[in-house]
Amino acid sequence: MKLPDLTELAMRNLRESVLRNFLTTIGISVGVASLVAMLSLGIGLQQLASRRLMKSGLFDTVVVTSRRDLRSFGRDEDRNAPVPADSRVLDEPTRIEIEHLPNVLEANPDIRFITELRYDDKPHLTTVAALPASAKSNDAFESVRGHFFSSDTAPEAILQKTFAEELLGKTPKPGLDETNVGELAAPLLGKELTMRYAQRDAGQNQPARNGPDKASNSGEDSLGGAAYSVVSKEQKLRIVGVADLDPESMRGPTRARVFLPLKLAESLHVMQPTDLREISRAASDQPVYSSLSVRVKNPAQIKNIEEAIKKMGFNTFSILDATRSLQQFFAVLDLFLGIFGSLALAVASIGIVNTLVMAILERRREIGIMKAIGASDGDVQKLFFAEAGAMGILGGIVGVALGWAIGQAINLGTNVYLKRQSLPPEHFWAVPWWLVGSAIVFAFLVSLAAGLYPAGRAARLDPVQALRYE
Amino acid sequence: MAGRSISLQNSHNPRPAIRAEQLCRHYRMGETLIRAVDGVTLEVRSGEFVALLGSSGSGKSSVLNLIAGLDRPTSGSVVVQERDLAKLSREDLAKYRLHTVGMVFQSFNLIPTMTLAENVELPMRFAEIDRGKRDSLAREALARVGLQARMNHRPSELSGGEQQRAALARALINRPQLLLADEPTGNLDSRTGTEIMNMVLEFNRQLGMTVVMVTHERALAERYAERLIFLADGKLIGDESNSGVRAVSDRPSGGRR
Repeated sequence: MKLPDLTELAMRNLRESVLRNFLTTIGISVGVASLVAMLSLGIGLQQLASRRLMKSGLFDTVVVTSRRDLRSFGRDEDRNAPVPADSRVLDEPTRIEIEHLPNVLEANPDIRFITELRYDDKPHLTTVAALPASAKSNDAFESVRGHFFSSDTAPEAILQKTFAEELLGKTPKPGLDETNVGELAAPLLGKELTMRYAQRDAGQNQPARNGPDKASNSGEDSLGGAAYSVVSKEQKLRIVGVADLDPESMRGPTRARVFLPLKLAESLHVMQPTDLREISRAASDQPVYSSLSVRVKNPAQIKNIEEAIKKMGFNTFSILDATRSLQQFFAVLDLFLGIFGSLALAVASIGIVNTLVMAILERRREIGIMKAIGASDGDVQKLFFAEAGAMGILGGIVGVALGWAIGQAINLGTNVYLKRQSLPPEHFWAVPWWLVGSAIVFAFLVSLAAGLYPAGRAARLDPVQALRYE
Repeated sequence: MAGRSISLQNSHNPRPAIRAEQLCRHYRMGETLIRAVDGVTLEVRSGEFVALLGSSGSGKSSVLNLIAGLDRPTSGSVVVQERDLAKLSREDLAKYRLHTVGMVFQSFNLIPTMTLAENVELPMRFAEIDRGKRDSLAREALARVGLQARMNHRPSELSGGEQQRAALARALINRPQLLLADEPTGNLDSRTGTEIMNMVLEFNRQLGMTVVMVTHERALAERYAERLIFLADGKLIGDESNSGVRAVSDRPSGGRR
């Protein structure tokens, strides 16, 4: 029998005992709905997590240090690499070179130093770090009170919450609710801070060096002419924002309590730890960075970029391993959610078997007639398959819609709850198209599998017996 | 079709339409072995109208089922149109039922959920005949049995005679050479029965179809069949040509359609 005939006869048979087939189809729908609901929760959570992690700027960042930096991360140090003294320094040309690598979004120097800030004529010692303009989209600074830096060179500062508390002389009492950031920000925003810092001043009589020449060839002119002075300077900063950051969980460039715009920080020529080591270099105007933060376009390419930078002769570090185990965790989570979701579908498939076996008993005579007038075993078998398949596809479509609706409802309900807890709403539900398609195909295949036994049984029915039966 | 040309020259054709040899169909029912058909040997010529007679349980229906390819012999052979049915695969046997045999039953066996037109169309679906052709063929077949006005009715809305006529239309839709009828008038009153039998006779004469009819009514058999075969306890106990059959004298001189 041809497919259109099969479909037509199958649909006709399904309509004949409409209630039973409807109930069976609903069973499949519920199964598919639970599968879709479970998986879309898993997928949604994964998307939420990776969205968050992307924003946190940890997973798309490679930290580059010079091999001259002896406190390197050292895990996979290349033993064949040149000795530290011979390897390259992280200077501006290197930064540009790295920035031009494929798939690199930007490469920013990490500037961090400990210095004294005066507020209200009281000194406060703390860590200051520079933030590139791109940090504005960073999750950590999204919830900043006040605003982000107005420009990359503006003399402005963003304070970390605990530093703001320190400035105001508040100490959080243990056990009590954390101080509201808004409360802290209100008296501080727009106020001025005075930062005292040590400026590295290049030697006046030293001609400026240029180019990424090797440190080793600085030979005879090295120490003799190399000289720089350290000058105490002050910089006034306006407080523009207070960020609710947890210093314990902060890593990389955000591990500080006061933040400055990157270009401003660069222009200050603050003494850096590298300056002590690179005496000959520090005397020049060319800055030498202790480390660079390289942001990549796509975290998937982190490994390639790390390789490329390593080839250039630097040490690299990224939290790639962490993402990998996170992905593994979600794969396992999806698997478990999928298995639980499939259970309902498995139960529903038993419903199909039951319905079709009942249909055979009921349509025994009809099967006998069809065989007597020339239907082959295959025709009868295909007819039952078509009925199972039609129930599967219908159930799949309805189930996907149902699963989507359940997801929306739960999402909505949770967001209402989040709102009551004054937390921002989250979209932790995702039904991608591939899930829609594969859920329907899966329902179809499960239904066909369920139809296997009844269809085989119907096909083997002895027509003489079936016709004798009145 | 080949079958039709054979039937046209049946008097010259030595090959029989049906030949059964030492045909047996035994089956077990609990401890006892039931010999439904037990060593039947018979031949039916092309275009012949044969009645299988016997009381209930004589094995006449079992013989018909074996000829129809609905059942397989335990031993012996049944050869129809030079095909040994015992040796055909299940698939080929289904094709044989589809193209070579048309069957009518005592209980009509129309599918109750389908209209007459759909019932008649069903064998054409199995034969994978083009959708476009099927409709007109079904209409034509129902018109031939006088049911064109009823084609969109379901069997339950029709009288027994009408149902049997629809069953005849369905049996003939794939132009088989063999018409097998199992007590075709058993559920009908005598007037409707006669109407159906006249139709069967017409198909036998005009289309040259070989007809094998199972009945327990000797009078009916004598009135229509050229030959009467008697069965009892699964064995053949008599085979006589019906010289006095009204049908023979009525037969038009070789005219077909």
